[in-house]
Amino acid sequence: MHSAVSKTALRGQSRSGHDQLARNLGYFSIALGVAELLAPRALCNAIGLKGLESVVRAYGAREVATGVAILASHDPAPWIWARVAGDMADIATVAIGTQQHNSKRENATLALAAVAAVTVVDVICAGGLSAEKGDRKTAIADYRDRSGFPQGVSAAKGAARDFRVPDDMRVPELLRADRFERRQGKAGSHS
Amino acid sequence: MAIFRCETTNRNKQLADKAFGHTTAGLFGYTHLTGGYPGGQAEYLRVPFADATHIKVPDGIPDEKLLFLSDIFPTGWQAAVQCDIQPTDTVAIWGCGPVGQMTIRSAVLLGAKQVIAIDRLPERLSMAKAGGAITINFEDESVVERLNELTGGKGPEKCIDAVGLEAHSTGSIDSMYDRAKQAMMLETDRPHVLREMMYVCRPAGILSIPGVYGGLLDKLPLGAVMNKGLTIRTGQTHVNRWTDDLLNRVLENQIDPSFVITHTEPLERGPEMYKTFRDKQDGCIKVVLKPGANGAAHA
Repeated sequence: MHSAVSKTALRGQSRSGHDQLARNLGYFSIALGVAELLAPRALCNAIGLKGLESVVRAYGAREVATGVAILASHDPAPWIWARVAGDMADIATVAIGTQQHNSKRENATLALAAVAAVTVVDVICAGGLSAEKGDRKTAIADYRDRSGFPQGVSAAKGAARDFRVPDDMRVPELLRADRFERRQGKAGSHS
Repeated sequence: MAIFRCETTNRNKQLADKAFGHTTAGLFGYTHLTGGYPGGQAEYLRVPFADATHIKVPDGIPDEKLLFLSDIFPTGWQAAVQCDIQPTDTVAIWGCGPVGQMTIRSAVLLGAKQVIAIDRLPERLSMAKAGGAITINFEDESVVERLNELTGGKGPEKCIDAVGLEAHSTGSIDSMYDRAKQAMMLETDRPHVLREMMYVCRPAGILSIPGVYGGLLDKLPLGAVMNKGLTIRTGQTHVNRWTDDLLNRVLENQIDPSFVITHTEPLERGPEMYKTFRDKQDGCIKVVLKPGANGAAHA
């Protein structure tokens, strides 16, 4: 078989690398979110951001929601882009901890590097998914010559009207949608 | 075959009784609920009750023209026949896979005023259009709005679900809901197409469901079905009921079902081609596996 494309980008169907990566990011998002929801104080202490517990908890809710959406969605691309936007908020928040007076500055710097690395992965994933989705708008193959009717579509229209629909599948006379039109036609012919 | 005979053909009757209330017939190559009988993709087969299950065909006709008399052609035909299509009818068909393609041709042959096909894959939509259908790509436009537009705001008289339990819809709240519930094992099927059909169908219309459903699903607008007086027709295909008539239509050149074949491959490549079909790769719509064949070709 001469494959026209090795991978498709069908939402939720394809097994492309970007789809797998998106699923992994979905699980990661949920795990991180749960940690932020359950232990905001420990996280804030670790990077010297005391007083921002409620913000971290809100970020946790955001991470869980995004993760569930990535795993549940037929098209994870917009949700991965949402993760990128979330990453920006994370970077801005963690960057506060890298200031001189913070005794946990080293930890905050490490956390910042980790968030930046995850952001890069998110951007690669979102970009890849978007590109594949864009490609898929074009038909891989064009079957416009495959009518299946050897005598053409026009000749095929109604060619099987001779077929008698079995009684168990017939619409009752009173429910036929064309009944009104036929009655109108009959009334017209009488006038 | 009489119904009481069907009941005796399912060797997993107790399983089916639990799942469905009462067992159905046993089926080859289907599920354990229908007996768990192996399928027929092999070089040689032993077929019980061959006198009742085989279709006798004349010599000199290419296998490809007749092959689909055994399944997808009668399935598409029955889906259209049970709509009792009238010359004034608009028939909307969800899904342009192999069964959907056969359903489109059947609706055209049976004389529908207009046939509308709904999918998202460009290659499938191009094949649907070739068969005389007006196409709707549900990723590009609203299915409900477009169907209303094509029917003067009244909706199609006949709606056919050729998709089944694994509907893929994009961006709709109900499909997100289904996926979340499936992830939590609270729902088995994704019935987006059913919901859409129930909603958009014209009062007194028919919903024909050849698509396969397996278990439990929810958020169905049954109020729309009841109040509009819709008729639902569904079930496994009565293959033998239609094959004599359909064979004649093939021999009379009304239709050549081989149009749907996009890939012809040797049997050994079967597992790989299942993946190609599942992932909709390479423009794949229908694969024919040929035992003993060496080469491979796009049809």
